[in-house]
Amino acid sequence: MRGRGIAFHLQLAFTLLLASFLIVPVLASMLAGVTANYLSGVAGGLTLRWLGEVWSGYAGQVVSSLGLGLACLACTLVLGVPAAYVLARRQGHVARMIEELLVMPVAVPGLATALALIVTYGTWGDFRTSWSFILVGHVLFTLPFMVRSVLAVMAAIDLKTLEEGAASLGATFGQRFLGVVLPNARPGIVAGALMVLTLSVGEFNMTWLLHTPLTKTLPVGLADAYASLRLEVASAYTLLFFVMIVPLLVAMQLLSKPLGSGRRQDR
Amino acid sequence: MRARSRDDFRHLLLLLPAGIVFAAFFLVPLGQLFLIGGSGKSGYAGYADILVHPKYLRSLVSTLALAAATTVATLLLSTTAGLFLVRNAFPGRALLVAMLTLPLAFPGVVIGFMVIMLAGRQGLIGDVTQALTGEKLVFAYSMAGLFMGYVYFSVPRTVLTIMASAEKLDPRLEEAARSLGASRLRVLADVILPGLKPALLAAGAICFATAMGAFGTAFTLATRIDVLPMTIYTEFTLQANIAVAAALSFVLGAVTWAALALARTASGATVAAAG
Repeated sequence: MRGRGIAFHLQLAFTLLLASFLIVPVLASMLAGVTANYLSGVAGGLTLRWLGEVWSGYAGQVVSSLGLGLACLACTLVLGVPAAYVLARRQGHVARMIEELLVMPVAVPGLATALALIVTYGTWGDFRTSWSFILVGHVLFTLPFMVRSVLAVMAAIDLKTLEEGAASLGATFGQRFLGVVLPNARPGIVAGALMVLTLSVGEFNMTWLLHTPLTKTLPVGLADAYASLRLEVASAYTLLFFVMIVPLLVAMQLLSKPLGSGRRQDR
Repeated sequence: MRARSRDDFRHLLLLLPAGIVFAAFFLVPLGQLFLIGGSGKSGYAGYADILVHPKYLRSLVSTLALAAATTVATLLLSTTAGLFLVRNAFPGRALLVAMLTLPLAFPGVVIGFMVIMLAGRQGLIGDVTQALTGEKLVFAYSMAGLFMGYVYFSVPRTVLTIMASAEKLDPRLEEAARSLGASRLRVLADVILPGLKPALLAAGAICFATAMGAFGTAFTLATRIDVLPMTIYTEFTLQANIAVAAALSFVLGAVTWAALALARTASGATVAAAG
């Protein structure tokens, strides 16, 4: 091996700089969440006071966000997995058009979707003020990710032959779907589920318009904290959010490796 | 024949739940949004008014400019880093990739706060510039801060897209070009970048659409930044000008959707989150 040239070192320095741009504020905010006074730095002492304050003030929103995320996951599983199955089995133009339509809520900004929901259903009092109003928004936004993720895996296996084999042995459609289709699509379902949970827990663009004083989620609380509370408390709240979201992100990265990055783009 | 029609029926039934939810909560509301956008004083001419009224036009133009600048900057940064990481093996490479992709699913509000940590009143950039020049540089609450936030948001997913695409480039093409005497720059311009074109298009479109429609970052940084999502928000909440807010939202949705659809037909790749 010959020595690395100057070009290598320049590019390395550049990449390191870019990585620090992304990571340094995360670390700074995590640190600020546990320092007594951010201005005087770590020397001023570490404290769990801010985290305690956030927890006592906002624990309800954390629990709500998790509950909402799980409800959203249940909905996307029930709606998305059967839809992905049909889209995988069907090759025609109609199926591709339906696929295009189903992923539209990702291409349209959440603000526009939320406004559309409000002008259509905003006058339905009980619905407007309930958690299901936010849930509807989250399901719309996350469903495409579930469908795409499951569809990518289903398209890579020969579902038709597998199903015909099972049918020739006398399996009913229900048995085939539960015993053959779902187990084979499992990697896609797991990846989609992690994505749905992550996105739902962090969703703000729609939720800010859809929420009411009685239906607040974690990101809504974060925005409140950023606007009105001192930097240390806002940081502690962000830290709490990181604790929830980073395990999901890491799990997603670990899962995506054995699947290979190339497969998804085949569609 | 009978088995076939039974399959058709079954497929229809399985698609139906998602179809109903989608139609009731997405297609119908978007249609309603369009109608309300045309229910203002000037009717459907309200859509044309957006281009005539200086306030809305300014907002539209500055949003387009911000989105374009974000796209160019993100592609430059991510392609440089992504190509470097794919083409070189060195200790710590995996860690560097992990660092670059960690913020992948941070919501816009949190990214706004990251910008405040960097360029806000108590930010790190302010500390550094004060130590160096004696003057504190604070730009989080302006268009520059928003630009920084959108680049922050888009770099992780763009790096991933570029890396996935660069891994699939055929190294023999490059070797052939080198053996024929092409310089590094020529290889980059004539072999590598054309090979990455589909990925660059897809990632660029996603950057652009995200920067057009993102709301959380702008909301965290300042309600006074004059970009389209903030204009829509203030028209809706403060002015109660629902017709204008609806018309602007519909146009915004159409622009981001068209940008993504165009890039997808051009590159054959998938869409990703606009957050």
